Amino acid sequence: MKSRKVIAAAAAFATIAALAACTSGGSGKTELRVATFPPGADAAAYEAFAAQEAQFEEENPGIDIIGVEYEWKGPTFAVQLAAGSLPDVFTVPFTDAKTLLENGQLMDVTDEIAALGYTDKFNPIILDAVTGDDGHLYGFPRQAYAMGLHYNRDLFEAAGLDPDSPPTTWDEVREYAKQISEATGKAGFMEMTINNTGGWQLVAASAARGGFIQEVNGDTTTSTINNPGTVAALEYLHDLRWEDNSLGSNFLLGWGEINQEFAAGNIGMYTSGSDVYTALVRDFGLNPDSYGLTVIPTEGDDAKVLGGGDIAVVSPSIDDATRAAAVKWIDWYYMQKLLNEDAAKKDAETLVASGQAVGTPVLPVLDQETYEQGREWIADYINVPLDQMSGFFDGIFEQTPVGEPKSHTQEIYALLDSVVQAVLTDENADIDALLTQADEQAQALIDG
Amino acid sequence: MTAPAQLRRSRRRTPLTWLRGGGLSNLLFLAPMLIVFGLYSWGPIVQTVVMSFQKTNLITSHFVGFDNFVNVLEDPVLPTAVLNTLYFALLALIFGFPLPILLAVLMSEVRRAKGFYSALAYLPVVVPPVVAVLLWKFFFDASPNGVFNTMLGWIGIAPQPWLQNQATAMPSLVLEATWAAAGGSIIIYLAALLSVPPELYDAAEVDGAGIWRKVWHVTLPQLRTVIFVMLILQVLATAQVFLEPFLFTAGGPNNATVTVLLLIYRYAFQNSLGGNYGEATALSLMLAIVLAILSFVYFRLTKRWSTT
Repeated sequence: MKSRKVIAAAAAFATIAALAACTSGGSGKTELRVATFPPGADAAAYEAFAAQEAQFEEENPGIDIIGVEYEWKGPTFAVQLAAGSLPDVFTVPFTDAKTLLENGQLMDVTDEIAALGYTDKFNPIILDAVTGDDGHLYGFPRQAYAMGLHYNRDLFEAAGLDPDSPPTTWDEVREYAKQISEATGKAGFMEMTINNTGGWQLVAASAARGGFIQEVNGDTTTSTINNPGTVAALEYLHDLRWEDNSLGSNFLLGWGEINQEFAAGNIGMYTSGSDVYTALVRDFGLNPDSYGLTVIPTEGDDAKVLGGGDIAVVSPSIDDATRAAAVKWIDWYYMQKLLNEDAAKKDAETLVASGQAVGTPVLPVLDQETYEQGREWIADYINVPLDQMSGFFDGIFEQTPVGEPKSHTQEIYALLDSVVQAVLTDENADIDALLTQADEQAQALIDG
Repeated sequence: MTAPAQLRRSRRRTPLTWLRGGGLSNLLFLAPMLIVFGLYSWGPIVQTVVMSFQKTNLITSHFVGFDNFVNVLEDPVLPTAVLNTLYFALLALIFGFPLPILLAVLMSEVRRAKGFYSALAYLPVVVPPVVAVLLWKFFFDASPNGVFNTMLGWIGIAPQPWLQNQATAMPSLVLEATWAAAGGSIIIYLAALLSVPPELYDAAEVDGAGIWRKVWHVTLPQLRTVIFVMLILQVLATAQVFLEPFLFTAGGPNNATVTVLLLIYRYAFQNSLGGNYGEATALSLMLAIVLAILSFVYFRLTKRWSTT
């Protein structure tokens, strides 16, 4: 009997001990958990990060940086936030920043940015993405991109095309896609279609033809998905798919999948953010020599290039000491390399030493002058093939940028995924009917 | 039961007798299981019910009555998801259900290398489902170089779109799901076949029955309890299909493979950053209720035919 009690007590103790083991002690330093890279990043990226972590900790002995693997994903964000497993510092795209700050899921950093003294250095259009209705700032814009046309130089050559003269009109894109497809059997052109990326790309394609899917008039937002730009974009995809058969055979590709296919040499051209080069090389094993980038063609009076970007933000659920450390980290890791010559050079040097991309095409988050100055500072370290991206650098400042739609962005993108998929998998898809239906559903979402 | 045991039972039970009888140590032994089960199994179920009446972002929440249920029922994608799920269940029933029975009967007739065939049949169950799906993506590759399309090419059939077409996407998913699940069922049927008394076959043989009559008049009736249970388990499983549409097609093309569970996932995770957990749990609850009613009715209906 006695031994039974002893065993029972031991079992109960073991349970309690196991539960208690979930919490751990500290080291006396302020621990700061910061986002590093998405899953799949290569070891060299982590080497570069470790070097930067050591540099920061040397300058700030009271702070212990803990890198956390992180990829922005709508699905897991709210759960991670509620569970407290989110890094203290992480990045989110512009499109989601507004929703997050309205939900109270981001920390107010107005005073901190003011204290650092660069509030008025930001590009005002970009600063708007992190400004709440109360006029306060909820994050540090750190990087912006414009949609670009990425192409595979090897496939261009295989199809007898000159990789140094990428297409400049949609008709040329179509013609080149057909040639690539016929010569190589690969997809000449392809667009993303799943997990909200289909909507994202359709909005970009629509904007490039002068259409926009939302109109804001004062307090009212009207869904205008069924506009001539969107119709033209879908008819274009329809023709490439059903008349030219130049889109390959996989019509269910998201951001990760299309990058994978492109890096593997299975896609001739696709549109995506201009900054995707870093991920293509670091996470998807792209051979830099086969990469080419140019601007996406813009046609029509109101044609614009869709842009976006991301902001570095602080989790709302951390204490003051961690918060102060978080702001220091953001300033050091993300901002100073844009503002300070020494920091810019040191950052570039560290990245180059680990074989990471330096000089990937981005848009300025700060004013044009600071941006150009910044590129001069790192000119010696730039290791991305700039001459293979000249189409983009030559054309991008001629184009008019436009931000993503503001209201219920991701939900509407999800609706549009289906529309793009319908056009690509049903030859007789009724584009007008699909868009009218999408408009109704989007308006219902906007009206709440 | 022995006499002293009966005597002990008849005594009045008080907290003291409970304690002396080792009640406390029993409870302590049970505690880990109760805590884990309560925390991770029943807790979430209760929370699901509560959340289905709330608007919540997991940090702040307030009650909204039946709003979530109304929103879900008004969602234009819901009928598509329900029909798709029924379609999947139907296809799985037609192709996936009889196959394991047939294979089990055939395998039980094999004289040699029975273990080899069992292992072969069970192998897909051992492969992690996500790995299996990624593998099958190569099989379903719609280009002429895809594994299935290459095989079709040998017999002069043109490449098929498989997952890339609204009409063929769902049957393709069923094909993989059948392959993945058949092994488990086969093992259960094989075990059940062992319990069929051999003298029944002998008697049937004496009566002049051939192999098919033996299967029809002896094997199947003897297996019927197992078959009934397997049927309801399959219906419950197919009504909750998620993995295949999620990994193969993300519900596409054009919602052709959106299932009820995938829709629940979308409510909770895909579309909105706050996570529409209220609507997701409301639909989960409705699905659970429908399946519970279905199971109840099914067992009432089949009680008459069941041997137990």
